[in-house]
Amino acid sequence: MAVDTTEAAEAARQAMGGIGVSLARKEDARFIHGQGHYVDDVVLPGMLHMVVVRSPHAHARIRGIDSSAAMAIPGVIAVVTGELLAQHKLAWMPTLSGDTQAVLATDKVRFQGQEVACVIAETKYIAEDAAALVSVDYEPLQAVTTPQQALEPGAPVIRDEKEGKTDNKIYHWEAGDAAATDAAFARAAKVVKLSTYYPRCHPSPLETCGCVADLDPVTGNATIYMTSQAPHAHRTLFAIVAGLPEEKIRIISPDLGGGFGNKVPIYPGYVVATAASLLIGRPVKWVEDRTENLISTGFARDYYMDGEMALDENGKFIGLRAHLLSDNGAFFADAQPTKFKAGLFHIVTGSYDIPAAHIVADGAYTNKAPGGVAYRCSFRVTEASYLIERLVENIAVELGQDPVTTRLNNFIPPEAFPYHSAAGFDYDSGDYPRAMRVALDMLGYDELRKEQAEKRARGELMGIGVASFTEVVGAGKGKDYDIAGLRMFDSAELRIHPTGKGILKLGVKSQGQGHETTFAQIVAEELGIPASDIEVREGDTDNTPFGLGTYASRSTPVGGAATAVVARKLRDKGKLIAAHLFEADVADIEFDHGKYSVKGSPDNVKTIQDIAFAAYTNLPEGLEAGLEGVTYYDPPNMTFPFGTYMVVVDIDKGTGQVKVRRMVAVDDCGVRINPMIVEGQIHGGLTEGFGIAFMELITFDDEGNCIGSNFMDYLIPTAWETPRFELGATVTPSPHHPIGAKGVGESATVGSPAAYVNAVIDALSHLGITNIDMPVTSDKVWAALRSKGVTE
Amino acid sequence: MKITVNMNGAERSAEAEPRTLLVDFIRTKLGMTGTHIGCDTSNCGACTVLLDGRPVKSCTVLAVQAEGRNVTTVEGLATGGKLHPIQEGFHAEHGLQCGFCTPGMMLVGAALIESNPHPTEDEIRWGISGNICRCTGYMNIVKAIQHAAAANAAEKTAGVA
Repeated sequence: MAVDTTEAAEAARQAMGGIGVSLARKEDARFIHGQGHYVDDVVLPGMLHMVVVRSPHAHARIRGIDSSAAMAIPGVIAVVTGELLAQHKLAWMPTLSGDTQAVLATDKVRFQGQEVACVIAETKYIAEDAAALVSVDYEPLQAVTTPQQALEPGAPVIRDEKEGKTDNKIYHWEAGDAAATDAAFARAAKVVKLSTYYPRCHPSPLETCGCVADLDPVTGNATIYMTSQAPHAHRTLFAIVAGLPEEKIRIISPDLGGGFGNKVPIYPGYVVATAASLLIGRPVKWVEDRTENLISTGFARDYYMDGEMALDENGKFIGLRAHLLSDNGAFFADAQPTKFKAGLFHIVTGSYDIPAAHIVADGAYTNKAPGGVAYRCSFRVTEASYLIERLVENIAVELGQDPVTTRLNNFIPPEAFPYHSAAGFDYDSGDYPRAMRVALDMLGYDELRKEQAEKRARGELMGIGVASFTEVVGAGKGKDYDIAGLRMFDSAELRIHPTGKGILKLGVKSQGQGHETTFAQIVAEELGIPASDIEVREGDTDNTPFGLGTYASRSTPVGGAATAVVARKLRDKGKLIAAHLFEADVADIEFDHGKYSVKGSPDNVKTIQDIAFAAYTNLPEGLEAGLEGVTYYDPPNMTFPFGTYMVVVDIDKGTGQVKVRRMVAVDDCGVRINPMIVEGQIHGGLTEGFGIAFMELITFDDEGNCIGSNFMDYLIPTAWETPRFELGATVTPSPHHPIGAKGVGESATVGSPAAYVNAVIDALSHLGITNIDMPVTSDKVWAALRSKGVTE
Repeated sequence: MKITVNMNGAERSAEAEPRTLLVDFIRTKLGMTGTHIGCDTSNCGACTVLLDGRPVKSCTVLAVQAEGRNVTTVEGLATGGKLHPIQEGFHAEHGLQCGFCTPGMMLVGAALIESNPHPTEDEIRWGISGNICRCTGYMNIVKAIQHAAAANAAEKTAGVA
């Protein structure tokens, strides 16, 4: 009997689909039928096609553009140049980081792949043909391809269009306390340093960027279907950039084929397609190809990092310094909280109790594509996590200590939360030793260390890598965090219809994260309406409340909180209606998972569906009709997800080939709304982290030619290389989040690269090899082994 | 020129230039958008369709090469309102996130279990290694294909009984 009750309760829980249920995804149906609706699937009557003519040079003056041959092709409608845009004051646009960016180059080109002209034609094939015939007369200039070159005296000035600009500096930014950190280093028993380069990589969502701009010349309405992770912010920026009245602009971000931060910036193609549609009076589609995506849109990292840790005589961390140099390309164009030029890099103290820290960051222009903060990373948190976790590995090597011991000796203790970090963050919650213990058990750490010792005695190379990351995600609060002035709150509008089913509209925007399921589950939990009865809508600015969008793992921390809060508002209004129906005092109304009752009479219930019907049919005197509400949630703090990842590698001495044998990932993202979706996010992040650690690289030759401009050169892991992951979990709720959840979308990309590389270093450090920069390819490992005389 | 293919069991024709890629023919001439374009260099597999039952990357096949042949796209997987086991598998095992690689992955998976009804994990991983997924890390795609293989096997056993 008791078993039956439990089973019944479990069945009811599954049917409701509230928090903690691995509900199969509501959005799957359209995708498995091939009925997803992506930007390139949008076809409008009379639609034209746009192709961008791009610069073959990294740095060159434009002497002239001849588009006559292109215009002569039948079916070509227009060739748009910077000169034409300049007549409409559209040749330059503001960026999300307070800089400016050329929409189409007028004076000179500043990176290979930069937008120079656009061909508009009846078909894409015609537009491609014509684009090849646009003749641009270039005078090549010396290219600057590294930030070090850029900051040398006498380096060519890339942004010479800026009045008074005589160098390539973008910003200088500091965090922490220089004096306290200097004092810590002055009394240090030991200092361990690490210089490392986090190479340029690229988010490369499988769907590239694009738009269909449809401006109605009669009504003035501008509907722009766009690959946008932040449609509301983009609407406002379009209003500012293009001078269009905001009430006439409707951004529709349809299904997105991945984003990973690549679809946050505003790209010139969007602007030109919109301008072209306005000028021509027909819809214009622009969808970039893969090479265009790789060579011109928001890349990630390209970050030079020097870290040093001061230790006392017991091996305790007492001070941390980091000097950073970022290559932001030719325009400072990625999305960045205004006050934080190096993003949230100052999370670099990580999971450790370090009393003093000082971070100095400089940014430089180069003749490379603009970007920097994208790729599943909450604003430079990935670089910070990599630096501290790699540094801790090297500290362990220097101390002759097990890296687990070094970490356990220096973790912020669980009882120290909430914890104020030396660089200025207030960590909400954490239990780092617990996640470490779970990972050690899952891996069978001690046995593997024994195996490693035996193998090492035989001359075989095996390594165990550890990383215990802490992230900061879920911006704002709005007072401190804004993008282009827009405060980083987010929103939820919930409408419960008379039949007790509802629709939830959000300011965030899924790119595959499963919002249509997860956010319905929050409503199910809060109101007791089955998740299957809640439709979730996102991405259409006419039909959703204003929000800052989905990136930096902020949807659940901010949009999820907004959802819980708006559901609670409706729950409270429901109490007023219930009191009316029961003829009782509202103070005596109780609510439990969708059932209202009067205190002391738990068996006489009105369901949330009864209440919803009454909200439109039988209201108390003086109460507004309806069961609808909207919330704009400004988080009181960020959330701080964490975890411990462990990797086992075997390395072939003769070839330098690294094989990942095991990957154990223990994540703590607070309360898990849909554990299946959370695990899917972690799988994806671990794979992208694996790609970054071992394969993915965008590099340039001395002339600024991009190498890594297609999927033959920019290597993305397939199922064959990708390790098999073993996942574990601990749950430390966020104390300030309404349902105790933290962000998780980026944890695995943030935490895993250091774990993979630490495993390689763990295999090689006894030979005196203490750093190999990513991607850790076989040839680099082989060269390192050869330098130590281990292989021929 | 006029090109005719047997698309998901029905004859479909359209006018197209000889240089038209099969993927463009399917998407723009036939208006079926379930087949996607991800890379242009045959690396990603988002454009995978079945040509006479075998997976091909339709960005690397000319439409004229498909003249008179059987083409299966994601739209042809479900029959008579019933999901193909591979579709069931992807849904049940959370084998998709953004959905962009999904049509190609499902077609490769369907062809794989057609030719090898009981694939090992390594055979599945090798079999789908021409298709890139950026979201899932492949763990659940492997499970989805195993799920479909098991469902197929169960159905065949039931049929015999």
